[in-house]
Amino acid sequence: MFPASFEYHRAGSTQEALDLLARHPEAKFLAGGHSLLPMMKLRLAQPPAVIDIGRIAELSGIALEGGTIRIGATTRHGELAASQTLREHCPILAEAAGHIGDPQVRNRGTLGGNIAHADPASDLPAVLVALDATVDVLGPNGERQVRAADFFVGLLSTALGEDEIITAVHVPFFASGVGTAYLKAEHPASGYAVCGAAAVVTMSGGVCADTSLAFNGISDIPVSASAVAAALVGTSLDDAAIDAAISSHLSVPDPLGDVYASGEYRVQLAKVYGARALKAARDRA
Amino acid sequence: MAHQIRVEVNGEVQEREVEARKLLVHFLRDDLGLTGTNVGCETTLCGACTVWIDGQPVKSCTQLAVQADGTRVTTIEGLADGSKLHPMQEAFWEEHGLQCGFCTPGMILAATALLDTNPNPTEGEIREALKGNICRCTGYHNIVKAVQKAAQGGASNG
Ligand SMILES: Cc1cc2nc3c(=O)[nH]c(=O)nc-3n(C[C@H](O)[C@H](O)[C@H](O)COP(=O)(O)OP(=O)(O)OC[C@H]3O[C@@H](n4cnc5c(N)ncnc54)[C@H](O)[C@@H]3O)c2cc1C
Ligand code: FES
Ligand code: FES
Repeated sequence: MFPASFEYHRAGSTQEALDLLARHPEAKFLAGGHSLLPMMKLRLAQPPAVIDIGRIAELSGIALEGGTIRIGATTRHGELAASQTLREHCPILAEAAGHIGDPQVRNRGTLGGNIAHADPASDLPAVLVALDATVDVLGPNGERQVRAADFFVGLLSTALGEDEIITAVHVPFFASGVGTAYLKAEHPASGYAVCGAAAVVTMSGGVCADTSLAFNGISDIPVSASAVAAALVGTSLDDAAIDAAISSHLSVPDPLGDVYASGEYRVQLAKVYGARALKAARDRA
Repeated sequence: MAHQIRVEVNGEVQEREVEARKLLVHFLRDDLGLTGTNVGCETTLCGACTVWIDGQPVKSCTQLAVQADGTRVTTIEGLADGSKLHPMQEAFWEEHGLQCGFCTPGMILAATALLDTNPNPTEGEIREALKGNICRCTGYHNIVKAVQKAAQGGASNG
């Protein structure tokens, strides 16, 4: 099983990648290839040309930048999971990346590819939404920043323009007092998220000062449970408060359903995993 | 369109022309005759095609040969030192970590890579590290025992 014929170009820099894209508007970027190549092998995608961005040094790496952590688009899942900076200052991203697929998949798949592909069952989209991350996007008209909540617009579709490339993602640099957790009910065959819950909690003097909760896998795009979060701010975030907020304020418009898990079941998973993720994040704050 | 690639495979530099769509596993098997790397599912799930690229395990059915240009690839053929088996191979032999042997090359490469980063893994860590490798025969118990045995013997990549 192999892809239909295509032209292969390898970009040495981000600018060269954009120039190649301008010359081959139908081309697809190839980062880790772990979403694109399977689709090309199944002939679900048949791009006439592929632009390999996997070797562009400036697109990869994790660094502190202006109070946030900047992660290059082609940083691999395995690097996210192992990053000391992330484990100390934004542990939820390392935790979620460590739950992706298997070690071989994590050695190839990249952050930028994961969010550009925007599979509803992916692990990283809801984490970025819960973190209120921003995505740096570069195109012929320069750079723009897109909030994660605005980046995912539909099933496998994003706010990325056809002539643009994702260069980096910015996530917060957390000091003490913040706890995070990502919990996943994974599909037993594919390993993708049937439901993934991402929770971020800021505690101050025994009171919840801020929180966010978002889900993968239960809808076409990540679901942000902002009503649950709003109901929890100012509480002591004890188990009873969390359970009550989830049962009265979690609503999921158009839940996804398939032969493995119905929409109703996924919403039930979201309630259980959402509550567990909030409790785990609180305990780590 | 053909592309000239240069890959160091099991310590030997190979320069070949490949079509862009040629998968790394087919380059290894068909062009270089290294048939130890198996093709199972072809869908990135079974791990039978696992090789190392620059020392890291990857599934070669989901890599283009052109993507491997300029890298160092290790296949199961590259593990033994002449006729002396690698300690992980030895451990699979001794603990009966295989039956039909189809998954074994991938298992051994995934397991050896684990010991490189974690020389004393727990049973849970071994099972987690082999999550991307499916075995239809053994039930995994003897595979885990083999990796434990290799760990006790200090087996790693080098
Ligand atoms: C067996 C298997 C199991 C998996 N399990 C999981 C899982 O449990 N959870 C999970 O989240 N994911 C899972 N994945 C998907 C994996 O995380 C992919 O690596 C990821 O979704 C895509 O990243 P990539 O770098 O491989 O992208 P590619 O396949 O190279 O590209 C994917 C798409 O993104 C575009 N793209 C890539 N980079 C950029 C960029 N910088 N700018 C603009 N567009 C870009 C490409 O053009 C393409 O359309 C799994 C994959 C496999 C094969
Ligand atoms: S053949 Fe590559 S993972 Fe199964
Ligand atoms: S020994 Fe037969 S598949 Fe593992």
